[in-house]
Amino acid sequence: MTATTSPRSAAPGTPGQPDDGATADAAPAHTGSRTTRILGVLALAASALLVLYGLVISPPDAEMLDSVRLMYVHVPSATYLYVGCFFTTFASAMWLWKRTPGWDALAEAGAEVALVFSFITLGTGSLWGRPTWGTYWTWDARLTSTAVLTVLLIGYLALRRLDLDPGARSARVAVLGLLLVPNVIVVNRSVEWWRGLHQGETISRIDPTIDGSMLTALMIGFLALGLVFAWLMVHRFRVAWLEQQADRFDLDEALALRRAEATPTTPTDAAKGTA
Amino acid sequence: MEPVVHLRATVALLGRFPALAGIDLDVGRGEIVLLRGPNGAGKTTLLRVLAGLIPPVRGEARVLGHDLPAQARAVRRRVGLLGHGTALFEELTAADNVGFWGRACRAGRDDIEAALGLVGLDGRLRDVPVSRLSAGQRRRTSLACLLARRPELWLLDEPHAGLDNDARDLLDGLVRQAVSQGATVVMSSHELDRAEALAHRTVALAGGITTTPAQPGDEVAPGATTDVTPRSEPDLPENVTKVPYVA
Amino acid sequence: MWRDAALVAGRDLRVEARSRVTLQQVGPFALLVLILFAFALDPARQTLERATPGLYWVTVLFSALLALARSAALDEAGGVRDALRLSALEPAGVFVGKALAVAAELLVLEAVLGLGVIVLYGAEPAGIGLLLVTCVSATAAIATTGTLYGALVSGLRVRETLLPLLLLPVLAPVLLGATRAFEAALGGAPADGWPWCGLLAAFAVLYSVAGAAAYGTLLEGS
Repeated sequence: MTATTSPRSAAPGTPGQPDDGATADAAPAHTGSRTTRILGVLALAASALLVLYGLVISPPDAEMLDSVRLMYVHVPSATYLYVGCFFTTFASAMWLWKRTPGWDALAEAGAEVALVFSFITLGTGSLWGRPTWGTYWTWDARLTSTAVLTVLLIGYLALRRLDLDPGARSARVAVLGLLLVPNVIVVNRSVEWWRGLHQGETISRIDPTIDGSMLTALMIGFLALGLVFAWLMVHRFRVAWLEQQADRFDLDEALALRRAEATPTTPTDAAKGTA
Repeated sequence: MEPVVHLRATVALLGRFPALAGIDLDVGRGEIVLLRGPNGAGKTTLLRVLAGLIPPVRGEARVLGHDLPAQARAVRRRVGLLGHGTALFEELTAADNVGFWGRACRAGRDDIEAALGLVGLDGRLRDVPVSRLSAGQRRRTSLACLLARRPELWLLDEPHAGLDNDARDLLDGLVRQAVSQGATVVMSSHELDRAEALAHRTVALAGGITTTPAQPGDEVAPGATTDVTPRSEPDLPENVTKVPYVA
Repeated sequence: MWRDAALVAGRDLRVEARSRVTLQQVGPFALLVLILFAFALDPARQTLERATPGLYWVTVLFSALLALARSAALDEAGGVRDALRLSALEPAGVFVGKALAVAAELLVLEAVLGLGVIVLYGAEPAGIGLLLVTCVSATAAIATTGTLYGALVSGLRVRETLLPLLLLPVLAPVLLGATRAFEAALGGAPADGWPWCGLLAAFAVLYSVAGAAAYGTLLEGS
């Protein structure tokens, strides 16, 4: 069974830096553990419940009819998208402060999981638009800012994928990650302000005083997607963490190799140029 | 008297490659030390470590009394590095370049003008864009940038490369003049004849380690020179005035 | 820090003055984009007139990409980065200096484009105060953000494709705000436009602070 790893327990240094004597745990064969299994089961159960409630039990909305059911996924998914971005920015800030590689791994996990949720959000939002207004895309505030956010995340991940020394990459990536949440906030505010001026097609906010079972379905949606989010985050973080561990190299080995390049000096060399 | 440079078993990485695998080096004030070794031995990296640009990861390192890597910033202000890249802006003139880098290092107007004079670029050439200068003239411009900041420790990476004989004589003269006024010089070169004539001492590097002992017990007194007589005594060119060089 | 900024700004502008790239290449490029828009959209005045603010700012953004790439490239030349780290210049000062230089170039560009838009699209300037303030704040926003992101991708082999990908989504709100402000000015309702100017100014302040703070880290991290 693997011990759960957390950013704080990460050994100091950046990916690619030598261990300096600390031995890494024997590499686990997979990133599962009892925690994630429980989490996974709960997530599946909650998702099943969501399907039940969302598709069957809760009634169709007066205006939107059955397409309201998409909202039970769309709204939570948008929320967790922001949570993922928050993880990335927070982890980037912590990396800049502490410089331990665990934070780097957390930032990567946050961004990738956020990207998954951004596609879910865009997908459900787009599907919602189709029966309602006959188009696959509406310039609704949330959809539009999610689209921009998707590109921001793709750009962040593109920077990560560059083939650089990990040390060189980490600083740039951390600065970019740090700016992610501020960018998201600015984009959101400005797009909402903009679309707010035009009463156009909007995916209406879910009214909290809606019908009981619709509210329940929404709550279950939050729960189910939250569990899925947590499950994905734990696994993705561990994968990133293991990648870093695999990346570590033994400094002493490298030093020995390097020193072997030195050809033995002849006595005349040593005698030259001394006082 | 503390040595200007003190390295013991110093290790430095370029990415994950240990360019320096264990350097032992002591340099006293007023010494001219030559680093020699095959390509890839770590000479350039060592110079950059001494400049405070690359942090050592193991071993001891003290330059000008400051610990590396903790006080790298303090070290950077007091050294001058003449590296492979010229650090010049092609569109600007020699005077502009030296002026910019001089002021970036808080040098005064006088020092900047003097530096241009010392390398022979204060005539017609000062207002020529660098892109139109020859390689040797560019090297001289870079050298002027170094002179303007009056560093206590000169770090020269293959300084003779690309210079014609007159310029090389000029460089040697400037090095000696600086040293006689208290500066210290560590340089690498493939031009062994000329460089060994200039240097007080040679340190051999290979595979990232020094293969010449550092002579730890042998602190060189400030201003003292070891008895290596240069093979020729070059003169400074006529039109260059000797400016008091205070470290 | 301001002294360092002035020194660096002076250097960047002097390089520009000697090489004239912005004047001779980026400027004509911008005008060309305006012309291409006319090809793409129906030159019947209606469409172009209505879209003028948007087209203007899109053109500014694309031209800014060129100017920013060039500004970042100045410091990538061999040995410059080392020399900057060895100098006594404060990284925040270098950042501000570079941003100021790019901002100056962009302002000139915007003035030229303004003329271009008046001549080519038949736009009638109105609400000049709002127009000018919008230009200044949008330019500040673009210059500061672009200088920071330029440093982020500097030295990378893929920087030419990465910079637009990273920078344009971040500048989307700037495009939004500047266009709305222009529309308000040209449409005779400047009161609607000033809040957007406020957004632009806040954006510029955010990125000035972020850039000044982060530039040192980026300079060091190879």
